Formats: sequence, C-alpha cells, structure tokens
Amino acid sequence: MKIIVPVKRVIDYNVKPRVKADGTGVDLANVKMSMNPFDEIAVEEALRLKEKGAATEVVVVSIGPAKAQETLRTALAMGADRAILIEAEDVEPLGVAKLLAKVQEEELAGLIILGKQAIDNDCNQTGQMLAALLGRPQGTFASKVEVEGDSVSVTREVDGGLETVKLTLPAIVTTDLRLNEPRYASLPNIMKAKSKPLAQKTPADYGVDISPRLETLKVVEPPVRQAGIKVADVDELVAKLKAMGVAA
Amino acid sequence: MKTLVWVEHDNASVKDATLAAVTAASKLGEVHLLVAGSGCAAAASAAAQIAGVGKVHVADDAAFANALPENVAPLIVELMSHHDAFIAPATSNGKNIAPRVAALLDVMQISDILSVESEDTFTRPTYAGNAIATVKSKDAKKVITVRGTAFEKADATGGSGTVEAVSSTGDKGLSSFIGSEIAKMERPELTSAKIIVSGGRALKDGDTFKANIFPLADKLGAAVGASRAAVDAGYVPNDYQVGQTGKIVAPEVYVAIGISGAIQHLAGMKDSKTIIAINKDEDAPIFQVADIGLVGDLFKIVPELTEKL
Repeated sequence: MKIIVPVKRVIDYNVKPRVKADGTGVDLANVKMSMNPFDEIAVEEALRLKEKGAATEVVVVSIGPAKAQETLRTALAMGADRAILIEAEDVEPLGVAKLLAKVQEEELAGLIILGKQAIDNDCNQTGQMLAALLGRPQGTFASKVEVEGDSVSVTREVDGGLETVKLTLPAIVTTDLRLNEPRYASLPNIMKAKSKPLAQKTPADYGVDISPRLETLKVVEPPVRQAGIKVADVDELVAKLKAMGVAA
Repeated sequence: MKTLVWVEHDNASVKDATLAAVTAASKLGEVHLLVAGSGCAAAASAAAQIAGVGKVHVADDAAFANALPENVAPLIVELMSHHDAFIAPATSNGKNIAPRVAALLDVMQISDILSVESEDTFTRPTYAGNAIATVKSKDAKKVITVRGTAFEKADATGGSGTVEAVSSTGDKGLSSFIGSEIAKMERPELTSAKIIVSGGRALKDGDTFKANIFPLADKLGAAVGASRAAVDAGYVPNDYQVGQTGKIVAPEVYVAIGISGAIQHLAGMKDSKTIIAINKDEDAPIFQVADIGLVGDLFKIVPELTEKL
C-alpha cells in the first residue's frame, strides 16, 4: 500500500507573525519558514506505518512556491521515498484538495494522511474536502491510526474526549498533535534526500482551475491587550477577586 | 437569504454552541435548522424553541447516530438545494462535516468567523489569531463555521419553529462508529464556563495538577483547562486543551497557573474578559496579557488562594 502525505511550507511556529502596514497580509519577507507542524506529524505517521510493514511507499506532495522544495526535501530526509511539487502560490484549500484528488487518481494510494490544519490560514478544511471529492471516508483529528486489512481504525480527538471510527480504504486521515512525535532527520539522511526523486508539476498539468473563491479585503492586527497590574501576595489577589464579585 | 444551521445536540437537548451559530445565521436572514441524529425528536422540539428559528428539519435515522460526515454531508447537500448558506458551529462535528459539504457544493468554506460584515463578507482569525482577515466570498452559496465566543447566544426559548421530517439519505457504507471515551463532566463545560482555571507544564505531573488546580476550580465553580504542554505531558486528557488547535474560550475570568503564554495558548484565551496569571517567571509572556499577575511559587500560592477564598 502506498501512502500520500501532502505537506505545506508555512511560517515557523516559533515566529510571531506581523501584519503588514498596508493591511494586505502577514509579512513573510526574511521570516523563518518550516514544514507545517501537523504535516510533520503526518509524515512521521506514514513512515511508522511503512516501518511496521503496513505500507510500501511514502509519497510527499506540496502545492506551493518553488521554495516548497525545501519542505519536500525535509520530508524526504525524514524518510519519505519520493516527492511531487505542484508549483503555485496561495492556493486555497478547495484548490489544493482538487489538485490532490488528481494526484490520487494517478497514484492510487491506500491512505492519504494530512495535517488537520495549517498554522498560517488555520482553515482546517483540506483533508475533509479531499475526502469529499474522492468520495472516500475521513478520520479527522487523529490521535491513533491502525491499519487492519482493508480498513483503518482511527481514534479522533473530539470536544468531549476521544472517539474511534473504522474506515474502508482508501481513506483520508488528518493528524492531531498527540498522534506521534516526529523524528529529526539525521545528517546522512539529509544528504541522501538530495538524490531522491522530486517531480515538478504545475496546476495546468492536472487541468485544475485553482482561481480563488475568497477575496481578502484587508488584514489587521487583533486589538492589543494591555498588561495589567501585579499584586504582591495572595491576600491582595483575594481582595481583587472579591471586588470583581468572583469570590464571596 | 435562507440559512441552514447544523444543530449540535445529544438527541435530548441542544448544545450551547448551536446558539451562537444561530445568532450568526440570523445576520444573514431566515434561519432554518438541521437536527440529524437517531432518536432525536426531543432535540428537535428543543431546537424549535430557539428564538428566531423558522423551520427545523429533522433527519432521524440510525445512519446519522454519530454524525459520521460520510453519511451526514450528502443529507446536507440535498437540503442545500433550497438554502443559500450552511452554517455550523466550529465544534469538532462542525469542523469535520462543513468542509466535506463545501467541497461537494464546490464552495470555498469560510472557517471560524468572528463577525458577519455583510451577506458575503466576514472576518476570521488567521495565524493563531495574530492577524484578523476580512474576506469576501465569490461563491453563490456560502459554507461557514462560527467561532462560538465571538457571537452572543440566541435565546434557547421563545421561538416557535415548525418541525419537519426529512427523508434519510442512508448509510453510505464507507465508515462505522466503533466507540468513544467521553469524559464525565463533573465541572462546567470549558467553552461555556464563566470562570476557567487552567494549568500548565509547571504543575509537574498529573497528581499535582489535580491536587492544585481541581480544588481551586471547585471553590470558584470553574471549569478546568490546560495548556498543550500539560496535555502532551499526560497530566490531563486532550479535551482540556485551550489554544489555537484546542478549545477557544472567552470566559469572564481566566486563571492561568504555571502557563508561560506561548502564542498558540494565547490564541485560545486572549478574548477572556479578565485574565489572572500566576507564574514564578516574572518575564513570562502571559503577564503581557494578564490583567492581574502574581509572581511566585504556584505550589505555595495556589493552596493558599484556595484556602482563603
């Protein structure tokens, strides 16, 4: 069984995003970029399934600028077998899902594992949309994934706790934070990744219309919260809480 | 505009998250509801009581028992032939189902909206709430999820909606529900609590977390939350997590104990009315958003505070 893992190049999660002064978006010039953290977890899960013998090949796909090659090389260095870059800027989740559906038509993977959301646009849509377009089942926000024959059992993090669903393969899984802890790529593997195959494509190669449906009119910083006061001890804190009516 | 709202329910009653979604929908025009479940007649009559609601579509079938998106999305798509927008609260069900509906309708979803500016324009948070985008949808139909803390709750009573049964679109046979481990709620629910006491990694382990945070929460009648670090370390289960990818909360009072204040955590709680922080590191970022801060050893402060309240 083949596994496809889509990965996205995003602002590094340790960087505090700054809104551009002209209100057109977030300033990404000279900002550290990394693989979306949820996608790293997705790559790790695919590799573990391969190491357990449940999968034979891990293909990583990125839809993004030319520099997304670095992200794909990171995934290859972690252990993925080959990569596909579909070069396009700022594609919305619906467009990404349409492109991935075309990739799946060619690759016929048994599982497609995605991060549950990208930490830039925070949409949380692509996996569910891809499942819809392919007419396949989805196991979102996964904290445990077990392949059993022609199905996969997915434990999901939901509002009240956990729930488990069983999906017929091929299926789509989106990862939550506690699915696994991604490995670091070793130096020899980083060197080896440079010679792994990376195919370069464009949306036109797949005949997909990716024109945006949403127009961003403006982007602003959220209202700033002012730091308040510091109290010296518990008695003073209790007095404040009583004044607020929180404590009797 | 005619909007269909996904009702979050437990077959017997309607969950609060629905009420904020109804308020968002009412800004677009006529509000219809969808109650999908198995044996959900009681939830449907409760939904019909929500103020301002028109029709309540009820799809009562075993296929809809656990809100499996493979079964529920085709039902919604069918109903969307006579609605202009689909709105779901940004709950785990809403986030699971709405994008599947959007793709089937060939619509780009607008996730987690904070406000309705007009029929086609909305604001939504991006970059963990560090950038608020105003977006305009060019799609003929809209698919939207709603951030519960950003909208007032509609009145749960006073409405007189008409309940109408819709026929089932059946079980698509792609997925099945195996089971769940849903924590028993001994305390208020996080997303609707007035007061939240949250603990971070500094609580050391699960036992000290419970020994310090729980008594204070119970004294205040508060819900208990946690930072990602505390959940990852296994102090408490995942449903306690507050943050960018956990629960988004905005209580009257948020007490952050031993939480440094990573941007991912702030994204989940910075709209709280009053933030109180207790941390031994006086330079912790949490103090930059806290209204009241107390620097010191939480293992001394928290028991003393619980005692004196």
